[in-house]
Amino acid sequence: MNEHVMNQPIGETRLDRNTQGVIGKGVDRYEGKLKVSGKAPYAYEHLIGEKVAYGFVVPGPVGRAKVRSIDTSRAMAEPGVLAVVTGDGLPRSSAQPMSPAGQTMDGEIFHYNQPVALVVAESFEIARHASHLVKVDYEEIEGRYEIESRRGTGRATDAGPMAADTKRGDFEKAFAAAEVQFDQTYRTPSYHSAAMEPHTSVAKWDGDQLTVWSSCQLLETNVQQIASGVGVDVSKVRLLSPYIGGGFGSKLGIGPDAVLAALGAREAGRPVKLALTRQNVFQTTSRRGETIQRVRIGATKDGKITCFAHETETPNSEGEGFFEPSGISSVFLYAGADRLVTHRVITSDVLMCSAVRAPGEATGMLATESALDELAVRFGIDPVEFRRMNEPDKDPQQDVPFSSRKLLECIETGAKRFGWADRPKTPGSRREGEWLIGYGMASASRANSLMQSSAEIEMTPDGRATVKTAMTDIGTGTYTILQQIAAEMLGMPLDQVDVLLGDTSLPSSSGSGGSWGANSAGSSVYVAAEAVIEEFAKRLGVEADALTLKDGHAISGNRQIPFSEILNGDTIRVVGTIKPGDTSDKTNQASYGAHYAEVAVNATTGETRVRRLLTVGAAGRILNEKTATSQCYGGQIWGIGYALEEDLVVDARNGLIVNHDLAEYHVPVHADVPKLDVVLLEERDRHASPLAGKGIGELAIAGVGAAINNAIYNATGARIREYPVTMDKLLPHLPEDVGAAA
Amino acid sequence: MKLKINGTEHELDVDTRTSLLDACRDHLGLTGSKKGCDHGQCGACTMLVNGRRINSCLTLAVMHEGDEITTIEGLGDPGNLHPMQEAFLHHDGFQCGYCTPGQIVSAVGMLGEVSDGWPSHATADVKDGASLSQGEIRERMSGNLCRCSAYPNIVDAIETASAKMKETA
Repeated sequence: MNEHVMNQPIGETRLDRNTQGVIGKGVDRYEGKLKVSGKAPYAYEHLIGEKVAYGFVVPGPVGRAKVRSIDTSRAMAEPGVLAVVTGDGLPRSSAQPMSPAGQTMDGEIFHYNQPVALVVAESFEIARHASHLVKVDYEEIEGRYEIESRRGTGRATDAGPMAADTKRGDFEKAFAAAEVQFDQTYRTPSYHSAAMEPHTSVAKWDGDQLTVWSSCQLLETNVQQIASGVGVDVSKVRLLSPYIGGGFGSKLGIGPDAVLAALGAREAGRPVKLALTRQNVFQTTSRRGETIQRVRIGATKDGKITCFAHETETPNSEGEGFFEPSGISSVFLYAGADRLVTHRVITSDVLMCSAVRAPGEATGMLATESALDELAVRFGIDPVEFRRMNEPDKDPQQDVPFSSRKLLECIETGAKRFGWADRPKTPGSRREGEWLIGYGMASASRANSLMQSSAEIEMTPDGRATVKTAMTDIGTGTYTILQQIAAEMLGMPLDQVDVLLGDTSLPSSSGSGGSWGANSAGSSVYVAAEAVIEEFAKRLGVEADALTLKDGHAISGNRQIPFSEILNGDTIRVVGTIKPGDTSDKTNQASYGAHYAEVAVNATTGETRVRRLLTVGAAGRILNEKTATSQCYGGQIWGIGYALEEDLVVDARNGLIVNHDLAEYHVPVHADVPKLDVVLLEERDRHASPLAGKGIGELAIAGVGAAINNAIYNATGARIREYPVTMDKLLPHLPEDVGAAA
Repeated sequence: MKLKINGTEHELDVDTRTSLLDACRDHLGLTGSKKGCDHGQCGACTMLVNGRRINSCLTLAVMHEGDEITTIEGLGDPGNLHPMQEAFLHHDGFQCGYCTPGQIVSAVGMLGEVSDGWPSHATADVKDGASLSQGEIRERMSGNLCRCSAYPNIVDAIETASAKMKETA
């Protein structure tokens, strides 16, 4: 077993030596040609040409009810209908990330449009039609569909992504004694991942063996969730997710489609294809919970933060302990001796809340980075300077060192590049015709984590390498960076290295989530490559360290031997495993960044246009400059959505998610996005992983919406504390002299 | 019925309710065009019908006998990419890849509309016809959603491909 436990910071590696010259380079995506030509098969696109059946979900017709009976007779009588699956074991929604199993319906409707049956038919059209013929008889129960009127009733749970409470010192006492007290409450709405590929599964039974092609991020736990949901041993299930049309957290746990398709296939005696409709995706998978966040900051009169509290209230449905961890970065981002971060879950009868891109930072920093801006304004201090004044020299919660932290360098680099010095110093003071112009900035941070992960490298007699792991690529660039890591470590041209992902028959992997994928799966490839090099060295009778590898040759002294010669007709297969270790506890690890935004707010209508957006990030070694930059664009654009557009609306009377499609749930489109600027600083974090890299996928969404909101304040003088900052909220604050502007 | 897709005639027997998109995906094994919403809201299913881009989820297969239909598979394949596909690859105009076939087919259709002089909301003066500014591209491509948000790279890719296609035209 070739294993590396991250107990010590990593020294110089072959990646640092960069002999092959491919690590970090912005090469094109490994699977890119397949994707641009429509040849990459996503979950639905398997079993082409086989005789399959099609599934369609019957959604529960009310928000909360006990189901008396489900009449399937009319649907079953429809020609072409093969089965109607009902029962207590039907999934309520998606499964929580890394949970052993999803929750089941058990004779009740827990949220509006929860699946209550699955129709399986010869064709999609028949299944869809017959789904309307299933009659649900139910007894309605009064539901709880909003949290505003039930503030203070939340529970502290131990099933969240972080501890519900984090405390240090005595915040209340310190706050009462503070020379300057800041106390504001911010609200963020519910959000949806809205990945472009709906949650989709194709299930096929061969005797008692089940094969499922599904759109999933974390295969190792997903396959267990499927086995539990179907009621078979996990050894009987193989799960494949070679291509995933976006996840953003919503596919960390299996969607209801995976179990439904498997149950349907068993009952119909035929493979079943089930793609959730876009409406199903909005109503029966998972969402990010709305938050009410109270931020209290105590400071000295010259602007030094002395204490920091961030208290979040957020919903989840019955039996769910997950909470949106909005306070995750407040634990360590700024100085202050006395600290308090809490989360309370208010039980609601709306769709389950779960992880969406950057759980915690994505919502929490909308609040805290606005708060920092408000405080800086109150002190009359440049927001850049205010952050510099409150930079901690170590983790202020746990007193451990930061593994690496370039927050101030990001802020300073960004200020210079953006022209921050040229910002309007007084809100509402810069105008171009009918447009009010403002600048805003915010910090970004995203907690870093390393997970256990394994990968195999197979070297074939021709000297080619194949990387095999049950890791996934959800668009993040995993195929490409694993190819680059293997090629750099082994000294091979990229086109000599293949990558196989997304199959539970391959070595188990961390999967994609929490920005840990590249570091974790990448490190397992690093470990496997080291083992291949050991084997090469053994065969050549030299020390591994004495070998230089380049262009498929091992160079030792004055010898240069092609890999095919070392392999001598053999195939070598080695598995490498990375495990987190002491460095995770001995250091605080996070990626950092800074955002700068320029907005134009229409003085008459309140329409906000983002004119410029710059993100400077530092996330350790960047494995592929091009795909990393694309990830940052994605984060920035999500930030535009969170600042100005996205708002999943729940009808407080009946729990219906009202805007349950892509026409009504507004995500940014081409026209909303200007030319963006991303700068990635050079950094190595030797505590984080053998790659010396940190997570990047979620960094750029952290805080960017606040930078835009701060720019809107700078443009208009209006401070909106309820996201998104839409025209209706801005209109009352716009200048009176609109006529003069025209 | 018969459908002519990417220059090939296909004989098929479909339900009158079958969309053009599902006819391709479920009956003809042409799965390059994607289903993102089935309501014409996302653009992932964009095809060219007689040269004009449409949401293939919003039209029935039986309405298209005799039409010239082009899908992503008809533009190019991995060994022989269309300039637009090539540009998307090099500019990283995609991440997960699910909206990508729709973006690419839409972009090709859009360039045809611009060269035919069709104005858009972003066109300053409709008398002068349209030029291919970044603003024009963004406006005209706004029917194609990309949740990974590759928008800046898509716009760059379209500019590059447009220049290349003009060169070779």
